[in-house]
Amino acid sequence: MPPASTADINVRKEGRQIIVEAIGDWVIQSIAAVYSEIERIESEFDAGLVIIDVGRLGRIDTSGAFLLGRTVHQCATPNADWHYRGEHAAARQLIGEILERVIDCEPDAPEERYGFVRAFERIGAGLEAFGRETVETFGFFGRTLTTAGSLVLRPHRFRITPTVYVMEEAGVNALPIIVVLTFFIGAVVAFMGANLLGSLGFSVYTVELVGYAVLREFGVLIMAIMLAGRSDSAFTAAIGSMKMQQEIDAMRVLGLDPYEALVVPRVVACVLMAPLLTFGAMMAGIFGGMMVSWATLDISPGFFIARMNDAIDWSHFWVGMSKAPVFGLVIAIIGCKQGMQVGGDVESLGRRVTASVVQSIFMVIVIDAIFAMMYLELGI
Amino acid sequence: MSDDPIIEVRGIKTAFGSHVIHDGLDLSVRRGEVLGLVGGSGTGKSVLLNTIIGLKRPDAGEIFFNGQKLSSMSAKERRGLEASWGVLFQNGALFSSLTVRENVMAPMKEHIKMPKRLMSEIADMKIALSGLGPEAGPKYPAELSGGMKKRAGLARALSLDPAILFLDEPTAGLDPIGAAAFDMLIKDLSSTLGLTVFMVTHDLDSLYTICDRVAVLADRRVAAVAPIKELEQNSHPWIQEYFHGPRGRIAAAAQGG
Repeated sequence: MPPASTADINVRKEGRQIIVEAIGDWVIQSIAAVYSEIERIESEFDAGLVIIDVGRLGRIDTSGAFLLGRTVHQCATPNADWHYRGEHAAARQLIGEILERVIDCEPDAPEERYGFVRAFERIGAGLEAFGRETVETFGFFGRTLTTAGSLVLRPHRFRITPTVYVMEEAGVNALPIIVVLTFFIGAVVAFMGANLLGSLGFSVYTVELVGYAVLREFGVLIMAIMLAGRSDSAFTAAIGSMKMQQEIDAMRVLGLDPYEALVVPRVVACVLMAPLLTFGAMMAGIFGGMMVSWATLDISPGFFIARMNDAIDWSHFWVGMSKAPVFGLVIAIIGCKQGMQVGGDVESLGRRVTASVVQSIFMVIVIDAIFAMMYLELGI
Repeated sequence: MSDDPIIEVRGIKTAFGSHVIHDGLDLSVRRGEVLGLVGGSGTGKSVLLNTIIGLKRPDAGEIFFNGQKLSSMSAKERRGLEASWGVLFQNGALFSSLTVRENVMAPMKEHIKMPKRLMSEIADMKIALSGLGPEAGPKYPAELSGGMKKRAGLARALSLDPAILFLDEPTAGLDPIGAAAFDMLIKDLSSTLGLTVFMVTHDLDSLYTICDRVAVLADRRVAAVAPIKELEQNSHPWIQEYFHGPRGRIAAAAQGG
């Protein structure tokens, strides 16, 4: 790096003319020092009277030339020879070139103001976006269903390899984390039961508590949340980056249906794997509860299983299982749909991945609540 | 232009696994010259550029800037060096969350203390200098075409008035008129500011109009470095094919060669 440079300026009047003498190095590192003086010259003096003296000027770069040139910029003939005085190797040519090319860019968009009206505006825009997203997601769902329907009629077009790959990637590979999580959830539920029911003297009901909670709700919910966090974001990122690289466009042009090649395999894989994962989650949850009961309540595993067999109806297991494919479907649809909506820039990819995880977890909880109400009415 | 080298590359070896890209590569860039780097696809032109600017560590060999070893510079010296060069990446590599103007201002904010208004005025000047219109300033990179991104990338590379400018295929993807204007801009800047330019290019017109010397990458090293007129006479088969193939002949004829 060159040694620190300093810029200086000297303004004096000679008759009617204003002599602007540039002294020292006018480079980007130094010109901040003369900025206010240049602005003063611009506003106070007529550019037609300014003469630039470069005799004592050291180094100059485009920024220095730009600033120096501004003193004569408003004049009709900023490049005329009489504007310049003194010898300098580059200054004259550089100022000329900069003045020729310089323009004023349009200002940045004004910063958004926040206020009462603006708050309502944002709420309205948010609601509208929510409505549109909902309609679009249903549209996407319909499109996927028709594609899947046409695949039923022409099964040879169904892509088995990617489906199996997604089943492994999103299903089998997710099993360990889901099992570990539900193990702990089961254990926590058993602890709560032991504490609460134990104080009432009904600690044996811990078995029912664990059974109900894990079979009906926690097994499938933890599975769905993990699937949303782990696989749904991966779907959005994978399809989204393909969209950014124009791979989706290339598929369309080549006559490949992206719904057939990308969406249906993911949806089918999720629908198939979700119940299996849920089963694993339920087993792990009950095992967790069983271990805690054994350790804190002296309920032996044998007794635990016997009591579950007596007290808990199979219907609870089926209630949990029945939700799994629905969750798998919703998660896969949202993940693929958000991926398809990624635009050309990196930011939209990030936004869509976030949206896809948030939406799918939201939908999982909402649908779970609907299921709960439904089964309540049905008395199951 | 003087003969003392601003950049010296000595005995560079680069390999990806067992695939050797460069082996014992030497190259020196003189102060104030415009050096073009050509070579077939996969000969490691961009890799060499990345190695010189320190993004990739060579497996062997050393790079000197002004006689100083790149690998043994202190962090402070490195920052100073980085402030004195500008790099234009192949696709512009603009920061997608910033507008074009903010992109150009980014290096200034990092390295120089100056009022924000002056910074934005200088940024506007650089944007204009790189050939973009006044509407480009507040736009985001996603809203720009490929050619405009490249120009915005150049504006950012020029942001600190660098002493050395590295360009990776600057005219690829530009229309011929835009490419010619780009060439002229580089030429003007290099002659008025004494800028040293290192450009990877395949644009034969650029090679003929603005490059003082051309380096040819072949056989894992620099096969030849010479002004283009001398290079045409070189007997290396790839160079012969390059300059005397149909496209080379047309470009040479256009330059009256």
